[in-house]
Amino acid sequence: MELNLRIWRQDGPDTPGQLVNYHLNNADPGMSFLEMLDAVNEQLINNGQRVIEFDHDCREGICGSCGMVINGRPHGPAQGSSTCQLHMRSFQNGDQITIEPFRASAFPIIRDLKVDRSAFDRIIDSGGYISTNIAAAPEANSILISKDEASHAFDAAACIGCGACVASCKNASAALFTSAKVTHLVNLPQGKVERSTRVVQMVNQMDTEGFGACSFTEACEAVCPQQISVSHIAQMNWEYNRAKLGM
Amino acid sequence: MLDAKIPNGPIEKKWSEYQATCALVNAANRKKMTVIVIGSGLAGGGAAAALGELGYHVKLFCFHDSTRRAHSVAAQGGVNAAKNYQNDGDNVYRMFYDAIKGGDYRSREANVYRMAELSVRLIDTCVAQGVPFAREYGGSLGNRSFGGVQVERTFYAQGQTGQQLLMGTNSAIARQVKAGRIERFSRHEMLDLVVKNGRAIGVIVRDAITGEIERHAAHAIVLGTGGYAKIYYLSTMAMGCNATAAWKAHKRGAFLANPSFVQVHPTSLPALGKHQSKLTLMSESLRNDGRIWVPARSGDDRSPEKIPDSERDYYLERKYPAFGNLTPRDIAARAAKEQIDAGHGVGPMRNAVFLDFRDAIAQHGRETIQSRYGNLFGMYQKITGIDAYVTPMLIAPSPHFTMGGLWVDYELMTTLEGLYACGECNFADHGSNRLGANSLLQACVDGYFILPSTIGNFLSSRIKEPLSPTDGPEFDQAESKTREDIQKLLSIKGSQPVDYFHRTLGATLWDCCGISRSRESLNRGIEQIRELREQFWNDVNITGGAHEPNSELEKATRVMDFLELGELMCIDALHREESCGAHFREEYQTKEGESLRNDEGFGYVSAWQHRAEGEPILHKEPLSFEAVNVMTRNYK
Ligand SMILES: Cc1cc2nc3c(=O)[nH]c(=O)nc-3n(C[C@H](O)[C@H](O)[C@H](O)COP(=O)(O)OP(=O)(O)OC[C@H]3O[C@@H](n4cnc5c(N)ncnc54)[C@H](O)[C@@H]3O)c2cc1C
Repeated sequence: MELNLRIWRQDGPDTPGQLVNYHLNNADPGMSFLEMLDAVNEQLINNGQRVIEFDHDCREGICGSCGMVINGRPHGPAQGSSTCQLHMRSFQNGDQITIEPFRASAFPIIRDLKVDRSAFDRIIDSGGYISTNIAAAPEANSILISKDEASHAFDAAACIGCGACVASCKNASAALFTSAKVTHLVNLPQGKVERSTRVVQMVNQMDTEGFGACSFTEACEAVCPQQISVSHIAQMNWEYNRAKLGM
Repeated sequence: MLDAKIPNGPIEKKWSEYQATCALVNAANRKKMTVIVIGSGLAGGGAAAALGELGYHVKLFCFHDSTRRAHSVAAQGGVNAAKNYQNDGDNVYRMFYDAIKGGDYRSREANVYRMAELSVRLIDTCVAQGVPFAREYGGSLGNRSFGGVQVERTFYAQGQTGQQLLMGTNSAIARQVKAGRIERFSRHEMLDLVVKNGRAIGVIVRDAITGEIERHAAHAIVLGTGGYAKIYYLSTMAMGCNATAAWKAHKRGAFLANPSFVQVHPTSLPALGKHQSKLTLMSESLRNDGRIWVPARSGDDRSPEKIPDSERDYYLERKYPAFGNLTPRDIAARAAKEQIDAGHGVGPMRNAVFLDFRDAIAQHGRETIQSRYGNLFGMYQKITGIDAYVTPMLIAPSPHFTMGGLWVDYELMTTLEGLYACGECNFADHGSNRLGANSLLQACVDGYFILPSTIGNFLSSRIKEPLSPTDGPEFDQAESKTREDIQKLLSIKGSQPVDYFHRTLGATLWDCCGISRSRESLNRGIEQIRELREQFWNDVNITGGAHEPNSELEKATRVMDFLELGELMCIDALHREESCGAHFREEYQTKEGESLRNDEGFGYVSAWQHRAEGEPILHKEPLSFEAVNVMTRNYK
């Protein structure tokens, strides 16, 4: 198939960027979106030009490295799918496709489609864990957890930290990411001990990093490759208020 | 002589006695000591967290943009532990026995026993971290069964066990980052090891954003850099998986063990076009209900539903009536390749076999099959666009896991003093074939439990030693070598992109040193790889510069090492004149076409020493079995 691509090129965080047109005439409907970009890069190399930089690794939808805004939508048109799991058969011969990086001031652009998402790591560092010593854990079955509790925690824990939620949000809020971690841990008995300090630290860090506030438009859930529910945001807010009220 | 430092005494006491007698570093001294950890997967990440918790100063490096993205994240099936929660007779000895037999008697007893022993505590640790494993209605942990065993000992978190375990490890890392004990360096790639008088003293790393080449010194260095099956280009591994850290350590003096032992998974998606960049694993569990077949007539290109039963060859059921479609991974993979090579392959590239659910759907109904494998059918459809409820799936074997790796002793130390290797990048626990769900286990116990004890035994005698200054001649030499390599790569400006060399190397290795190997194919492979390497250094084309983000350059520094490792893999496979586990040498098979192991001649670990000029030198670590009887595997 033939494609007309408009791809964001930007040398570095402090240089201006622009959309550049590329033409690919030998795309194959079975290719993944990233393989299509590989093919564009091969053309660029053959012309002696520098390649389009983008992050990717497992290409199985689980590492969370990849992600770009495709025709205005993070991860593109397929529901519940990351960019690496999007295939060219979702497009038509002759289509024009616009590809841009995830945009948010808390995600500085490194180059082209590559952005710096280390703010997410710092949110976790601020307290997004259970303080337990590795070698000193109690027997696992001494902590009974109902199937429902476990699967509720799992649903939140499934977040791959790709950042699509931030990129889709008009406020560039990190509420879905942060709340997924908060509710994953607070829904388990072993995570309840630190529930108050954890949520306050994480929410504060989220603000420090420059993410915007959540105004609950639910765009994040719509683009999330793991289909993490916005109900976690509601629970995070509840946890935060609870902590602040000293309950 | 290789000394594996295996403690004396009965197998079930070795580890506890080792721990009771090894030297310790007291808490006040630990904080004065720096340990570099390369890799933030379950092995490296676990080690970093545990060492940080003990109070060491840890510098943790990974090439990913976050420690959360290491390849461990992709493991689906589960992690084994001898908890006997199902009361089905499991115990540490049985688990040890299954793994030794599964590895076809080419692993070290003491290590395997310790892995089984520590599995029990691992699950406790993960649960305490908040890993949401599957639960029974009563709130206790659930288990399932995996290939090669008769008990249910696999713990899992839906199909995302690796991801969930890694989030646990990452929590432990985050806690130590906050405590100031771990310094984290993401997007940093180790490109060389610095060695002084046989001892590892530091690393050379490249910052992937600025291109800056940095020097870091440490009292000890831990590699948890994963496996190298991506050398085949098409494999189930993540795109970034590579051998550079282990290979550079090898070139600086660490021995590499059993490099040709590579596990090929029988049920991945086949390559569907020439642009394919990786192969996706389809769970082996599909073989419980799917029947595998190919058209009996070679070149038959009718669509599958038009091929009547009488013209189908259910070759696994025919050749292995007792196990049928559930033969072990190595056998199923080899049988598929035989059919494909003989012209019976199906699909657009004639490189696959059918995995057919027609009979299972007729027998159990579509709903039952959907409830068992619905997510896998969904994933298959997402990738191929094909509805496997109607048309049989196309599956093919693909390289998946490397049993070979850096040689380590019982303490996980390589042949270089102060250099440790844990997880998939060492060779130790899986012999010539890995059992499913054992490698997450190995990575975790190496990192969380074993290394933090054994490294103390080494560091305790180095408390008074200051860090090596990073301006010494060894650092100068390693850094200029790295810079030279990069300059040279960028200056060639040839006609082929890096991927061309990687793909060609992969195809050669698959053909000559893949599922089955022969003297003839291996000799051919060695020759072809040498030629390709020469072509690479004359004709590779890398755009962009050294001091900027440059993914082509990153690929090139990895492929450059793969082009050397590939040859050693062939040399290793050539010298091993027997068939065992994943290593099937065509000249050594029974009349029925089964593996013919040679315990007298080859009951050892092959550990290769690098030489700047000429062939590498083979060292042998003889394997002796005291706790098990060595037997022949039989699946007929
Ligand atoms: C698709 C798939 C499914 C699997 N499923 C299972 C399963 O169900 N059960 C099971 O037990 N096993 C499974 N495995 C195997 C298992 O996932 C791996 O063996 C294990 O996760 C390896 O862990 P590791 O910590 O050793 O390495 P990895 O997780 O690969 O980590 C390597 C780390 O090293 C870093 N690194 C590498 N080189 C450098 C360098 N030069 N400089 C800096 N950093 C570097 C990387 O950034 C990364 O952080 C599966 C494997 C695959 C491919």
